[in-house]
Amino acid sequence: MAQQSKTSKWNQIRHAKLFMPIVCLLIVLLLNVIQTPDFFKISMNNGVLYGYLVDIINRGSELVILAVGMTLVTAVSGGQDISVGAVMAVAAAICCQILSGGAVSTNTLAAPIIVAALAGILAAGLCGAFNGFLVAKLNIQPMVATLILFTAGRGIAQLVTKGQITYVRVGSYKVLGGYIGSCPIPTPVFVAILTVIVMQLILKKTALGLYLESVGINGSASRLVGLNSTMLKIIAYIICGLLAGLAGIVASSRIYSADANNIGLNLEMDAILAVALGGNNLGGGKFNLMGSIIGAYTIQALTTSLYAMSVSADQLPVYKAIVVIAIVVLQSPVFQSRISKVTQRKAVGNAA
Amino acid sequence: MKKKVLSLLLCGVMVMGTLVGCGSSGSSDGGSSDGGSDSGDTITVGFSQVGAESDWRTANTASMKETFSEENGYTLIFDDAQQKQENQITAIRNFIQQEVDYIVLAPVTETGWDTVLQEAKDAGIPVIIVDRMVDVSDDSLYTAWVGSDFRAEGNKACEWLNAFAEAKGINAGDLNIVDIQGTIGASAQIGRSEGLNDAVKKYGWNLVAQQTGEFTQAKGQEVMESLLKQNDNINVVYCENDNEAFGAIDALEAAGYKVGDDIANGEVMVMSFDSTNAGLTDVLSGKITVNTECNPLHGPRVEEIIKKLQSGKDVDQLQYVDESIFAVDDTVTSIEAETSLGETSKYDVTVVTQDVIDGRAY
Repeated sequence: MAQQSKTSKWNQIRHAKLFMPIVCLLIVLLLNVIQTPDFFKISMNNGVLYGYLVDIINRGSELVILAVGMTLVTAVSGGQDISVGAVMAVAAAICCQILSGGAVSTNTLAAPIIVAALAGILAAGLCGAFNGFLVAKLNIQPMVATLILFTAGRGIAQLVTKGQITYVRVGSYKVLGGYIGSCPIPTPVFVAILTVIVMQLILKKTALGLYLESVGINGSASRLVGLNSTMLKIIAYIICGLLAGLAGIVASSRIYSADANNIGLNLEMDAILAVALGGNNLGGGKFNLMGSIIGAYTIQALTTSLYAMSVSADQLPVYKAIVVIAIVVLQSPVFQSRISKVTQRKAVGNAA
Repeated sequence: MKKKVLSLLLCGVMVMGTLVGCGSSGSSDGGSSDGGSDSGDTITVGFSQVGAESDWRTANTASMKETFSEENGYTLIFDDAQQKQENQITAIRNFIQQEVDYIVLAPVTETGWDTVLQEAKDAGIPVIIVDRMVDVSDDSLYTAWVGSDFRAEGNKACEWLNAFAEAKGINAGDLNIVDIQGTIGASAQIGRSEGLNDAVKKYGWNLVAQQTGEFTQAKGQEVMESLLKQNDNINVVYCENDNEAFGAIDALEAAGYKVGDDIANGEVMVMSFDSTNAGLTDVLSGKITVNTECNPLHGPRVEEIIKKLQSGKDVDQLQYVDESIFAVDDTVTSIEAETSLGETSKYDVTVVTQDVIDGRAY
C-alpha cells in the first residue's frame, strides 16, 4: 500500500508540467560538476557575488525577458516573433543616440537616461504593434510578418546610429547592465525577476492569460463568445516588442554602447528554443510561463558550461546542438509515452 | 475601408519607388559626366566601396578620395554599394561602360566575381582589389590585391611581447596567456591566432585558453568573465580586436583585477589589434598595453600600383599595406617580425600620446 502511494506520488511529480524542463536544467548543471568541481561555488569578490551560477543568472536575463514575450506571442498566434533580436538593436540604437545627442561617443548625457530608455522601449513597442497589425489584421503568418523587421530592424538601427557604434561612456548608464551602488547582485537579474513578476501578475490577476490561451486554441470560437481576437493578438505582439526593447536596453547598458550589428544577434532563435524547452507547444494554445523561463536559463547554463569546460570555439556549436537535440528528444511525446510504457510494464512485473 | 488603406499603402510604395529610382539614376548620371570629362591627361579610376559600416571603412574611403583627387591628376568615380554585391556588380559594369582606366574594388564577399571581372578583363581594364580577397577560378582576373597582412600583425604583437618580457626580466614560462579570438574563420582571426600559436611554441609561453569573442564587446566581456573563473593565473590577455579588448577590460575590472603592464606585480596586460581611435585612447590611459594597427589607408599603395602600371612595369599581385604598432611606453622601441611573404622587417614601436591620436585619420 505504502509502495503504491509512493509510486503515484512519483507519477504525479513526473507528469507535472515543469518536471521535464527542470530535469533538463539540472542535468546540464550537474554535468558541469564532473568537469568543473567548483562550478557551484559562489564567493564574494571585489564586493560582488562571483561564480558560474551568478554568470548564468546574470547573462540569462535578456533571454528570460525575451522568452516571456515570445511565450505570449506563441500562445496567442501559434507562431513566433523572429524580429525580437533586431528590435533589441533598434531600442538600443534609439536610446544611445538620444543619450549621446547624435555624437559617436559621449562622456556627458544629452538627455535623462529614463527618457532615452523609455523612448527606446516605446519604439520597440511600435515595432511590436507593426508586427501585431500584420499578423492580426492582415492575417499574415507570424514567421513571414516578423521576417520584415527581422531583415529591416538592423538596417533601421544602423540608420539611427549612422552606421557606427554609439558609445555612452557615463557611469550612470552602466548601472542597468552592471551593479546598483554596492549591491552585490547584478542589476539585470532584478530586471528579469521584476519582468517575470509583473507579467505573472498581469496574466493571473486579469483574465488576459486565459483570453490569450483561448484565442490560441481556437480564434473563431473565441470571437463567437465575445473575445476580440484581433486586439488580443496585437496586444501580445506589443508586449513582446516592449520586452524586446527592455532587453535591448539592458544589453546595450552592459557594453555602454549601441552596436547595431551585434546586439541581440541570433537571440530570437534562443528565445524560441527557450519556449520549446519549457514544454510549450509552438503551435499555440495553453502556455506555461515558468517553463519558458527555465528553458531560457537552461540555454544560458549550456553556453556558460561550454565556456567553463573550455570547449574550443570552432566546436562550440556542435556540442550545443547535441545537447539541444537530447533535451528536445527527452521531451518529445513519443519518447515520453515509450518511457511510461516501460515503467508500466515494470510496475506490472513487480505486482506479479 | 480596408481597400482604401491598401490602395494608400500601394501609392506610398510607388512614390517611394520613383524617389529611389530618381536618386540612383541621378548619381549615375553624375558619374558618367565625370567619366566623360576624361581626356588624355587625367587617369579615371572607378572605386566600388562596400559601404560605411565602421570607422575603419570611413577612413578607407577617405584615403582613396584623398589620393585620387583632381589635384593629383585623377578623376575618381566613387560608388557606395551599401553592403550589397549586386550594387557592386552594377557599379563595375557602369565603370566598364564609362571606359575608366582602372577599377578598384573593395568586395563585400569573396565569391561570385568571376563573370563581372571577366567582363572587365575583356574590356582591358585592370582591376585592383582592396581589403578583402576575391575567390575566383582564374587568378589573372585581377591585377593586384592590396590589404592587411593579418599574419604579420599577429607576429608583430608576439615579437613585441617577447621583447617586453626580456626587457622586464620575465620568464617565458611565467607568461600565462589567454587568447580571445575573433569570429572563427575570418581572415583576421586566422592570421592573428596563428601568429600567437607559433610564438607560444617558439618561446615556450603558457597558452592557458583560447575562446572566441566574435569580435564584439559583449562576447569579449562574457568570455573573459568565464575564463577568469577557470584560471587565477592569467597575466596576458590577447584580444584580436579593440571591441573585444574593451569587453575584456570591463570583465577584468569588475572581477577586481587591475589592468596594466606591470605583470610582475599582479596586473593583467591587455593586448589588442586594429588601433581605432577608442582603442588608442585606452592605450593612452594605460588600459591596453600594446595595440597593433590594421591600416585602412590603402590609397597610397593603390596609387603606387597604378603608377607602375602606367609606366608599363609589372606589379606583384599580392601587396600589403604598411602597418605600425602602438604601445603605452618605450620599454620596447623596435621589433623584427616576419611577414606573410617570408621577409623579416623591422618595425618601430610608436608610443601613444594625445598628439598621435589627434593626428590620425580614424
